[in-house]
Amino acid sequence: MATPAAVVRPTRTLRKPLISGDELAKAFTFFFAALIIVVTFALVWQLWIGSSPAKEKFGFRFLTSSLWNPVTDEYGALPFIYGTLLTSFLALLISVPLGVGAAIYLSELASPRLSNTLTFLVELLAAVPSVIFGLIAIFSLVPLMRDYIEPALQNAFGSTPLFSGPAFGVGYLTAGMILAVMTFPFIISVSREALMAVPREQREAALALGATKWESTWQIVLPFAKLGILGSVFLGLARALGETMAVTMVIGNDPAIHASLLAPGYTIAAVIANEFTEASGKMYSSALVELGLVLFALTMLINGVAQLMIVLTTKKGSAKA
Amino acid sequence: MSTSPYMLPEKARHQDAPSHGLSINDMFPTAIPHSAGATTAVLQPLTAKMKTEHVNFYYGKFQALHDISLEFASNKVTALIGPSGCGKSTFLRTLNRINETLRDTRLEGSITLDGENILDKDVTEIRRRIGMVFQRPNPFPKSIYDNIIYGPKINGMLKGKNAAEIVEKSLRRAALWDEAKDKLHESAYALSGGQQQRLCIARALAVDPEMLLLDEPCSALDPIATAKIEDLLVGLKSQCTIVIVTHNMQQAARVADTTGFFLLGRLIEHAKTDIIFKNPSKKETEDYITGRFG
Repeated sequence: MATPAAVVRPTRTLRKPLISGDELAKAFTFFFAALIIVVTFALVWQLWIGSSPAKEKFGFRFLTSSLWNPVTDEYGALPFIYGTLLTSFLALLISVPLGVGAAIYLSELASPRLSNTLTFLVELLAAVPSVIFGLIAIFSLVPLMRDYIEPALQNAFGSTPLFSGPAFGVGYLTAGMILAVMTFPFIISVSREALMAVPREQREAALALGATKWESTWQIVLPFAKLGILGSVFLGLARALGETMAVTMVIGNDPAIHASLLAPGYTIAAVIANEFTEASGKMYSSALVELGLVLFALTMLINGVAQLMIVLTTKKGSAKA
Repeated sequence: MSTSPYMLPEKARHQDAPSHGLSINDMFPTAIPHSAGATTAVLQPLTAKMKTEHVNFYYGKFQALHDISLEFASNKVTALIGPSGCGKSTFLRTLNRINETLRDTRLEGSITLDGENILDKDVTEIRRRIGMVFQRPNPFPKSIYDNIIYGPKINGMLKGKNAAEIVEKSLRRAALWDEAKDKLHESAYALSGGQQQRLCIARALAVDPEMLLLDEPCSALDPIATAKIEDLLVGLKSQCTIVIVTHNMQQAARVADTTGFFLLGRLIEHAKTDIIFKNPSKKETEDYITGRFG
């Protein structure tokens, strides 16, 4: 049944533009979003093409060989993979407890004013260029490690292979320490955000049952925020894996695998930065590009594992993101 | 004008009078033995489980509570009503000292539980004895079982006791056992809002509190879930003393034995619930319950 209102409803088709603003906006933003994928694929493509001579010559051996000899054109990535993983692991070993501990203090215990001031300083620390960290490491940390810390470690644990050998000052441990300082601000500020996002009702529920402040923080607040804290750890790890300049300055540049943490080593990022300008032959530069591909794959792999862990912990129903 | 025995004397109606209610024994005169020959067992004087005297509370420089003196009768439900921002929640949160976890707050006056000043006692013990249920359901991101067992665990109440028994008993007391018994180890978030709130009540009951404070426990729930919780409260009062803050006057009328009316940080009136709703002694109370403001 036609109502009078339906009869007089005006038609607006005449004023409709060819393409509406919404559609235009959608097309534009899609283009920007698609760029991300295009750039990533272009990057992988270039690494893949650039490394093909080395891939053809060494095959899978590239990943398992620890021989790196530009004179004989023999290249193996294992010392660099080892150095990269070891220094990043050492960095997290130091920076995660420190960073999460500091985040707990800033979000749960400090007065808001102190917390904001300290967080501002921490975020300044995150903005310091890495070459400055490297410089400080060379002039302050390396002598300190060589003259005091490493001899002390040798005295205490010298019988174990982990702390054997001469104290050079440069090496895995020093690189791990400077990386710890560099990842620390990320872990603090992201963990603090995660802790502050825990609803006050959660804290009060625990306190109202007779929990102490510490019990409430440790048993309720921290588990609630664990996804965010895990996120901060992986953000720190991503930075540690790819960090180039500061590590290059203190790692010792030795393409070999040493059991001792005090020994000099090498990381993937450091060897690329150091040797690219002097990579004369085709195979040499191709091997360096393949190292780049390995680092890319390593980072992707670790991020993938991180995402998987997050999905699994969420599925268990432990915490909502 | 009525001459109800529950009405305050004219002097107390003055604006500057300290806000305090009647003594609970004035409210329940039948509970006082009238003659030596009384034989009925129920003729016991009511005891005050908790008593606040001249409580002032400050958020920074802002005074949120003005001179509140109030008695909570043992095994009764006391409702606190009043418009938003009147201080009823603040007052409730001083009773288990949870408000002192907020920064820059100050409490004056005394609050006694069984005659002992709670401000002098160990705060975790006080909070164990006085349970609290919050406005929005706030289960921990754990299983139903772990939610209940958390309180007994931190209070060292599991020694020589069967944890599963505590869980079952608490869920039964909160009328949630039948709905939850088959999914004890599933996430508490799998429950509906009303079930989550009953889980929070069960969690509070698991540590055997002597008092239960509820801060607008049904404001986020639908009418059916609300009715379940109200039934539950009436059933629980034989085991503990209940204080409920509500902005729903019908709820106060349904569940509470006595009701206190708060306005602008003051306790205007505290009397038996039917007196408050049928024959309040203060004009402010009457205006509020007749819907003239708030």
